Amino acid sequence: MKKELRLSGTGGQGLILAGIILAEAALLDGKLAIQSQSYGPEARGGASKSEVIISDQAIHFPKVTNPGLLLAMSQEAAQKYSHDLTSSGILVTDSLFVKTLPAHTGKVYELPITHTAKEVLGKALFANIIALGAIVQLTGIVSEESIIKAVLNRVPKGTEEVNKKAIQLGMELVK
Amino acid sequence: MSKILLLQGNQAVVEGAIAAGVKFFGGYPITPSTEVAESLAEKLPKVGGKFIQMEDEIASMGAIIGASLTGKKVMTATSGPGFSLKQELIGYACMAEIPLVIVNVQRVGPSTGQPTSPSQGDIMQARWGTHGDHWLIALTPASVPECFDLTLRAYALSEKYRVPVILLMDEVIGHMREKIELPDNYDEIPQAERKLPTCPPEEFKAYATDESLVPAMPPFGSGYRWHVTGLVHDETGFPKGTPAATLAATNRQHDKLYNNLDDIVEVENYEMDDAEYAIVAFGGAARAAYEAVDMARAKGMKVGLVRPITIWPFAEKQMKALAGKVKHIMVHELNYGQYVLEVERAVAGKVPVTLFAKYDNEPASPAEVFAKMEEAFK
Repeated sequence: MKKELRLSGTGGQGLILAGIILAEAALLDGKLAIQSQSYGPEARGGASKSEVIISDQAIHFPKVTNPGLLLAMSQEAAQKYSHDLTSSGILVTDSLFVKTLPAHTGKVYELPITHTAKEVLGKALFANIIALGAIVQLTGIVSEESIIKAVLNRVPKGTEEVNKKAIQLGMELVK
Repeated sequence: MSKILLLQGNQAVVEGAIAAGVKFFGGYPITPSTEVAESLAEKLPKVGGKFIQMEDEIASMGAIIGASLTGKKVMTATSGPGFSLKQELIGYACMAEIPLVIVNVQRVGPSTGQPTSPSQGDIMQARWGTHGDHWLIALTPASVPECFDLTLRAYALSEKYRVPVILLMDEVIGHMREKIELPDNYDEIPQAERKLPTCPPEEFKAYATDESLVPAMPPFGSGYRWHVTGLVHDETGFPKGTPAATLAATNRQHDKLYNNLDDIVEVENYEMDDAEYAIVAFGGAARAAYEAVDMARAKGMKVGLVRPITIWPFAEKQMKALAGKVKHIMVHELNYGQYVLEVERAVAGKVPVTLFAKYDNEPASPAEVFAKMEEAFK
C-alpha cells in the first residue's frame, strides 16, 4: 500500500528535515520510502514543501500526486499545496498560522503546533517534531518506536529528551 | 557488511566518488549541485584528499585538470550556469586527453533560469558545449543507488579511455532521497587504473598508442616528462598543425571511443520483451515513465520503457534496433526536445516518433505520461 504525505509551510520551519525523519523511520520499519522537496531560491521564508512516499513496493515517481495527508504550517502553504487534496485526505494545520482553511471536504485537524512548541518547550523550533508526533498518531504510517529512533538519529546531542517530549506532545494533540 | 541509508542523489555521488578513490575536488558551489561540494568538503580530507573552492567554474576545471595530471582521480560539480563556463576547459581536456569527471545537476535555463527547478535542458550542451569536433561520455542516473554506481562507472570509463566523463544528473534525482545500501567500507571496490608507460622515461612519447588508441599517462613528478597543450599535437605531445597530424589526432580521439561503443553505451529495457510501443526516457523523467508503463500494461497496452543510461555517445545501435521492433516511439524529456532529435535521426522515418516535452519547471506525473502515450499509440 502506497502512502503519500506532504509537509508544507515556510522555509526555515524544518519541514524538509521532518520529511527526511519520517522517511528514515519508514526504512527502520523495513519499508521503502522516498523524500523530495521543492522550495524557492530563498534561504528563509517562501513557501516550502517536503513530500514523503512510503510503500512496501518499489516507488518510481518521487513526487506526491494523491496526498493522504497535508500538513500546512503557513497560510500560503495551505492555499498553495491543497489543490490536489481529495476528501479521503487529511488536512492538518498549524492553528497559529493558518486562519483561513482551504476548501476541503475531508477530515481537518487545526492543531496548536507552534503554540505548544513555544509554550511548553520554550522554542518554536520544536514545531516540526511536534507535527511529526501528531502525524504518526493520526495515521500510524510509521511505528512509534521508529519515529523516536529516527528523530534521535537526526537531532543534536543533548537535545534527545526534549525532542522525545516534543513527539509525545504532538501525539497528545490528537489523542 | 553493508549499511542502509536514506540519501540524496547528490550525496550518493559523493559516496561513489570516495569509493572510486577520488582525491581532489575543485569547484564552485551552485544549486542544485551544492550538496556534492558540501559533502566532499567534509569527506575528502578524511581520506587523504583535498577540497578546494575555486574563484569560479573555469578555475575549477583548471584545478581538476592539473590535479588529474598528477595521477589523481578528480571531480568537479556544477549546474547549468557553471557548466557553460566549464566548456572551454572541457574542450582542453578532450584535446589533451585528461581523465576527469564533471557532475552537472541540471536546472532550468538558460542563464540563471530557475535554480531549484528540474530540467534536462543540457543534453545537447553536454555533447556540443565546447567548440570543435570532440567526443566525450555522458551518463545519466535515474535513481539514488544508480548515482553511486554510475559515479564509479564514470571513473572506470574516464581512466580507461582518457576522456572527460559528464555525470549528467537532474534536480529530480540529485535532490530526492531514497534508500541505498552501501558497503561499510570501500576497500574492496575495484579501483579504475590509468595505463602507465612500459618504456623508460627517455623513450617516452606522450601520445604514442597501441591498438587501444589510448596513450599511457604517467603522473607528473614520476620522471616522465611531457608537454600538455590544447593545440593540435602529434605523438610527441608538441604542437603540430600539419593536415596529417590533425587528421591522425582527430580520428584517434574519435575512434578510441567509437570502436568501443558496446563497452560504453548502456541502455535499460523495462517491459520491452513483447512491447509493440516504446517510451524513451532517462534520468528524472524516467521515474514517471516506469509508472506510466505499468498503467498502460494494466490496461492491456503492450508498452515498454527504453532508458538510456549512457546519453553520449548516443545509443545509435539500440535505437535503430528499436525502430525495427516497435510500431511507434515516444520520447519524453524535461526540455523542449533535444534527445528526440538524435532518436529521430537514428529511426530515420521507419516508425513515427512522438515527443512529449515537459519544460514548465515540474516533472510530468505518471498520469500525464500515460495520457500522452494513450493519445500517441492509438
